[in-house]
Amino acid sequence: MNLNLTLIGQLIAFTIFVIFCMKYVWPPISGALADRQKKIAEGLDAADKAARDLETAKSQIEDELKQARSQVTELLEQANKRSSQIVEEAQDKARAEVEKIMASAQAQIAQDAAQAREALRADVAQLAVVGAERVLGASVDQAAHKKLLAELANEL
Amino acid sequence: MALQNPTPSEYIQHHLTNLTYGFHPENGWSFAHGAKEASEMGFMAIHVDTMAWSIGLGILFCWLFRAGAKAAHAGVPTGILNFVELMVEFVDKSVKETFHGKSALIAPLALTICCWIFLMNLMDLVPVDLVPYLFMVAGVDYMKIVPTTDVNATLGMSIGVFLLIIFYSIKIKGVSGFVGELTLQPFGKWMIPFNFLLEGVGLIAKPISLALRLFGNLYAGELIFILIALLPFYLQWFLSVPWAIFHILVIVLQAFIFMMLTIVYLSMAHEHH
Repeated sequence: MNLNLTLIGQLIAFTIFVIFCMKYVWPPISGALADRQKKIAEGLDAADKAARDLETAKSQIEDELKQARSQVTELLEQANKRSSQIVEEAQDKARAEVEKIMASAQAQIAQDAAQAREALRADVAQLAVVGAERVLGASVDQAAHKKLLAELANEL
Repeated sequence: MALQNPTPSEYIQHHLTNLTYGFHPENGWSFAHGAKEASEMGFMAIHVDTMAWSIGLGILFCWLFRAGAKAAHAGVPTGILNFVELMVEFVDKSVKETFHGKSALIAPLALTICCWIFLMNLMDLVPVDLVPYLFMVAGVDYMKIVPTTDVNATLGMSIGVFLLIIFYSIKIKGVSGFVGELTLQPFGKWMIPFNFLLEGVGLIAKPISLALRLFGNLYAGELIFILIALLPFYLQWFLSVPWAIFHILVIVLQAFIFMMLTIVYLSMAHEHH
């Protein structure tokens, strides 16, 4: 426990260590710490900005989707309308065609029937005359019985 | 002079004696053989063990933190850089809380004090007989491995702090401001001698209390370890383990207190009253 030169030696050693620490240890470390603080702050800012951007992008997507959806609905409606219109038109056309064909067929039938009736009437009259001739065994005076035959043909 | 079967008081005396090299009135420059010769050398002597261990530990501190400083970068810290940054941030925070001026010196000073004193105190946890025995085998009789149990070491540091207190007081307040602070308060100019006595004692008490607080704590701790070492071996662990665990607190606390008081004293030197 004697005070001696150790005191001076310790003072010198202490001074040297403090100066070393001041010159070579403290500045790089505190500099690095400050840099890191800045970097972290920048990183956090960037993250905030990215989050905000994401929010904007999301709302944009929402808008665009809404728009697209309404467009699709509109298009579908149009298409539906158009298709029913086409079907209706086709139906109308077909109906008209059918009526036309039916009408012409009916006319033809009526005409054919009338013709056939005429032919049949003539044939029956002829047959009646021939039959009468055969029955009577003698020729019938055509002229004399013309009136009678005509009446007969009319009755058929 | 290796002791064969020493008495307890011889054993304690031996463990509390530094390896001293100095100028002896009769033997000239030589190593002291025992405490009596060491005290006869007076001021012209040096404690070789204190110097070697403290400088060695100081170099360890410098090397460790220089390695951290070289590895320092703004990216993700790893390994030693983590530890170094932890210490630097802790000291930086302590300094910023207490000291509000700007100084390139105070924070590194506080870091050096904290780490160096901690390392020197840590030597107290090395078993008291281990290193002295190894040196005794190698032919060196005295070896105190805890530099802070040497009042020269603590006083050397506190005088360094004291010189800085005076330097900053004069730098910030000027010679007249500093002298005025010492003489014109607390009782005004009609009581100058009394004021000077009061303030002078206050000023001198700062380094003395710094040095003696650290020295006293560690010296007492070391002494108790030595006393425990005198017990029979089967009883030693029963006392030395609790004391060592408690001493971990003392070691850290004393390093912290020395650092904090240095910061407080220097920030007082920067302030105008």
